[in-house]
Amino acid sequence: MTSTNQTTPPISSFWNDTGKTGITSWIFSTDHKRIGFLYFYSVFSFFLIAVALGVLLRIELIAPGRTIMGPQTYNAVFTVHGVLMIFLFIIPGFPGAFGNLVMPLQIGARDVAFPRLNLFSWWLYIFGAGIIIASLFTGGGPPDTGWTFYVPFAERTTTNVSLAVFGVFTVGFSSILTGLNFVTTIHRLRAPGMTWGRLPLFVWSIYATAWIQVLATPILGITLALIIAERFLGTGLFDPARGGDPLMYQHLFWIYSHPAVYIMILPGMGIISEIIPVFARKPIFGYKMIAFSSLAIAGAGSLVWGHHMFTSGMSDTAILVFSFLTFVVAIPSAIKVFNWVSTLYLGSISLEVPMLFSLSFILLFSIGGLSGLILGAAATDIHVHDTMFVVGHFHYVIFGGAVFALFGAMHYWLPKFYGRRYAEKPAVIAWALMFVGFNITYFTMMVLGMEGMPRRYYDYLPEFARLNLISTIGSWILVGGLALMLVNLFRGLFRGEPIGRNPWGAATLEWTIPTPPPTENFEEEPVVTHGPYDFKGAGIP
Amino acid sequence: MSGPPHKDYAGAKLGMWIFLFTELLLFGGLFLLYAVYLTRYPREFTAAGREMHLVLGTLNTAILITGSYFAAMAVTAIQRDERRRAVGLMEGAVLTAAVFLFNKYLEWSAEIGHGIYPDSPRLVAGPPGESVFFSLYYLTVGLHGLHVLIGGTFLTVVAIRVQRGTIHAGNYVLLENGALYWHLVDLIWIFIFPLYYLIL
Repeated sequence: MTSTNQTTPPISSFWNDTGKTGITSWIFSTDHKRIGFLYFYSVFSFFLIAVALGVLLRIELIAPGRTIMGPQTYNAVFTVHGVLMIFLFIIPGFPGAFGNLVMPLQIGARDVAFPRLNLFSWWLYIFGAGIIIASLFTGGGPPDTGWTFYVPFAERTTTNVSLAVFGVFTVGFSSILTGLNFVTTIHRLRAPGMTWGRLPLFVWSIYATAWIQVLATPILGITLALIIAERFLGTGLFDPARGGDPLMYQHLFWIYSHPAVYIMILPGMGIISEIIPVFARKPIFGYKMIAFSSLAIAGAGSLVWGHHMFTSGMSDTAILVFSFLTFVVAIPSAIKVFNWVSTLYLGSISLEVPMLFSLSFILLFSIGGLSGLILGAAATDIHVHDTMFVVGHFHYVIFGGAVFALFGAMHYWLPKFYGRRYAEKPAVIAWALMFVGFNITYFTMMVLGMEGMPRRYYDYLPEFARLNLISTIGSWILVGGLALMLVNLFRGLFRGEPIGRNPWGAATLEWTIPTPPPTENFEEEPVVTHGPYDFKGAGIP
Repeated sequence: MSGPPHKDYAGAKLGMWIFLFTELLLFGGLFLLYAVYLTRYPREFTAAGREMHLVLGTLNTAILITGSYFAAMAVTAIQRDERRRAVGLMEGAVLTAAVFLFNKYLEWSAEIGHGIYPDSPRLVAGPPGESVFFSLYYLTVGLHGLHVLIGGTFLTVVAIRVQRGTIHAGNYVLLENGALYWHLVDLIWIFIFPLYYLIL
């Protein structure tokens, strides 16, 4: 696509226009763009570490028996893989990185409502991350409970669960403060004319996400604090021998952790809703329904946690209710998918990299969502509960969904902040490799689960060998694609072709300001006169 | 780079209210456990609840409500630009926090002296419901006590800033938020008190 307003790489931007460029001007900055990049690079580092651990898990599973690690190491590696991916990458990743970078620009604000609190959130995140890292190398060794810290095992294991849990608690506090900040920002700092009906859909999704962060995370906080109390004070609240009930732990944990899944996926859906109209050259279809469905997912998604516990001995009534509510969540999710597809219909589609990620998001998320219904129906869940099917399903939703959306966002928005773009062809190849590798890796897992292979075992029966080999090979293709994508993207961002203000021809506010944005964002407060996907109103051909 | 680009009174209040909701939800987890275990062990809970020190509990309730009253009065005082009175009222509120915690210390000492504390030999030997009750009691009241401590510190900082004049009739949102936090601490106690001391 040709860039409009082609300029030479700008000399003055938030990278340098305050005259401060040292490390302290970053780690103590209250500028939402700098904090966004602090988050981006910290969460992405943990992502890469966790990817490496995931590859190690796949290598262990390449053949039956012990390949590269024993059972205890395997338990620790899948636990740390989960903890890093969930608590240090995907939950803080979207709001912290792209919420911070893009949301204030999209609503026409100078910054978030509480800039210093924003910086404090990042510091809390780093502090919590440091504690989690410390827990791997001190005490009884890395936790081996799985990222869910299920009791009674989490109370009895001699590994360093307490410290890891305290780290997650701290990161959770950071997440609450980010959510609080964003809700207030979206309520208070919208530019004149930026009505709720003109809010870009990414902002709507960040808004819904922020409410989940605010309302669900405290429950995780108290649950994790209880684990620590159980371990140190012997309170026995989850210990059957002392009158406690481990099932209560599962309830409390999932009251947070199921809505947390929507913290992971909702911003991804918002990103897709931004990218699709731009590359289909059409206003989004069903704006109101997409915005509403974000809130509906956040609301209904908070009432379905029990579907993680169908085999736990919960009452049949509870199972029936939770199963029904789980199916209810499928409705707003499907509304989104139908609206994206309707936007594509008769559009003038250009298959650039962000669009490729978005289209694959729709496919992979649909597979992930529909396989979720297999788990949401009690009868079928009992067959595949705690098998590789769950692993496949979850990665379809979170990797194929959320992370592919994140990659799309990186190709869509990062050039805006660097002023340069990546080369197209290697990016397409990287996308294709990841798409193919992803499906080989995780679809085989779903088949393995259907055939009865349990998850979280370092060893398996010989009949599962062939599919496991295929899955492991798929993971190498996936990682190869990821490496190519990162090299090409960052090479482009630092040394690629310069871009203008609005290289994609989008109609949201962030594309009206210079590239890269100045510290002050807007020279003067913008007055919004058209909707976020009104290309005609924005004067874009 | 300095703080926010402009003072947004309504924004600061909104942020505080959302934060207070998260605090309620934090305690909500413990209240949920109370509800479930009360249903499971009604007899043990009743027996254990009788051992609570009703006089100290009632006294502490009165003390907290008085502190809340002081905090609310301090907001009115600063609105009228009566800074010295505001500082005095804040000091009163901080004093109630200290007295509350001192009473809690007396109460806990007495209970621990009777061998009632998590994992104590007496509770381990007793019926399971009793141990659950006292564990929940210590955790809930302990977490609340921590909030009293945080609230007291918050109010002290606010009082110092009123004294120095950085909080005044034109800009008192921090005082108001401090008072809101103190009301929250009060409110949570208003639920803890009947659940553990009165209804059983």
